[in-house]
Amino acid sequence: MPWVIAIMVALCVLAAGGALALSNLAASARGELAGSATVQIIEADNDLRAEQARRIAGLLREDPAVTGLRMVPGSEVAALLEPWLGSGEAVDAVPLPALIDLELAAEVDDAALAELENRIAAYAPSARIDSQETWLAPVLDALRTLQIMALSLIGLLAFAGAAAVWLAARNALGGNRDTIEIVHLLGGSDAQIASVFQRSILFDAIAGGLLGLVLGAGAMTLLANRFAALDSGMVAGGSLSAIDWVILATVPLFAVVIAVYTARMTVLASLRKLL
Amino acid sequence: MSAKESAIVQFDNVGLRYGTEREVLSNISFTLFPGRFYFLTGASGAGKTSLLKLLYLAQRPSRGGMRMFGTDVITMPRDELPGFRRRMGVVFQDFRLVDHLSAFDNVALPLRVSGVRERDLAGPVNDMLDWVGLGHRADARPATLSGGEQQRVAIARAVIARPEILVADEPTGNVDPEMALKLIRLFEALNRLGTTVVVATHDYQLIRKVPESLIMRLDKGTLSDPTGALRYPPKRAPSGVEA
Repeated sequence: MPWVIAIMVALCVLAAGGALALSNLAASARGELAGSATVQIIEADNDLRAEQARRIAGLLREDPAVTGLRMVPGSEVAALLEPWLGSGEAVDAVPLPALIDLELAAEVDDAALAELENRIAAYAPSARIDSQETWLAPVLDALRTLQIMALSLIGLLAFAGAAAVWLAARNALGGNRDTIEIVHLLGGSDAQIASVFQRSILFDAIAGGLLGLVLGAGAMTLLANRFAALDSGMVAGGSLSAIDWVILATVPLFAVVIAVYTARMTVLASLRKLL
Repeated sequence: MSAKESAIVQFDNVGLRYGTEREVLSNISFTLFPGRFYFLTGASGAGKTSLLKLLYLAQRPSRGGMRMFGTDVITMPRDELPGFRRRMGVVFQDFRLVDHLSAFDNVALPLRVSGVRERDLAGPVNDMLDWVGLGHRADARPATLSGGEQQRVAIARAVIARPEILVADEPTGNVDPEMALKLIRLFEALNRLGTTVVVATHDYQLIRKVPESLIMRLDKGTLSDPTGALRYPPKRAPSGVEA
């Protein structure tokens, strides 16, 4: 029994750790990109594009919805596109869009952005504003789905753990039927008999829970080190905080509670069949 | 106090059947009074063990009424039954000792179930084991005890908590005549202290050892009354009990 509980707890710790890491990752990404947008000015004529960019920047600087603004240099835009367009004179002939990074006030929503886009259209009809959150939405949706799957996995593992305890308690009841009947006939109450089984399961669950926590936490640490080695900004946002580790440390407690409660209910249900 | 009120056990037209078989006990009616010594006799298969199972609340009857200690135990909530069982001592025909417990722990079981503290167990349990002649086997497991020794442990367990009623199913079946007499004297001593004793046996030699006893006879599931035990009021009313 302790080994079954240990495996369940280790898997739960991994799933819970994964869910927490994904939550942190989503929060980090959302925090970095929330309230930022990029104005893209597409115009084939370099001079006209530069003029439109200058006038739009002037307009945006005056707008209370914009708290910060940076004209992205053409060289930086070219560097961003280099993986797709390459470099050289031929590429220089390709008209690149002008980009302006914006920091927006907290209260700016999609409607305010649409209004801002209408205003800058007067200066550059082809200009558009891209909210960072808009293009990040599918990534966040995917992270949310993974989180739901991790939480569902925890639920399934809790159910499987309870089922394992139920089977173990029934086996123990079968193996001790004579003793139970004797204690019952001597005036032992259901609660007294159940408490004997609870105590036995409690010790198994504590041992299994601690072992599972060590295994799960070890696996999480190993994974964390592997991802940290990727040195990716986005992945770094998914690291676990001290509070997250405290939450993971409570997984064995839940396992113990579930195991003891399941054992009690199983034994009581079985005893109710006796007079 | 009327005799009816002081009755410790009352069976009223009780019937018992297992599954859809015919009744193994039919129309059983009797009243047991506190402080009396009853023998339940009958041939093998007459229904003695079934009747005792009803008495020690291991079984509910298929029909009829049962009152114990003045309470209707048929309609009693299940969670109140353990309290009633603790007021009884039972010697099972097959002893029913707990194999993995020592003789000491087997005898201590009723006290532990009643919540007696561990430090208060040793005195009475060792005294009881000495009394049945097994003080030197306190640490022995049932498997290492002879049939007679197991029976004495079972008896010690049944009487350790000074029950109000002692129910014994063939309690002397596995012991020599000398030990059988000793055990019957133990039951008599308990009886003198106020315990109602019901012993199922087909050993008439044993019954003769207790001349004041009342006899109930079972024959094919029906009860007869050779000594007037079942009369109301009983033929030989116990002292202190109003007939």
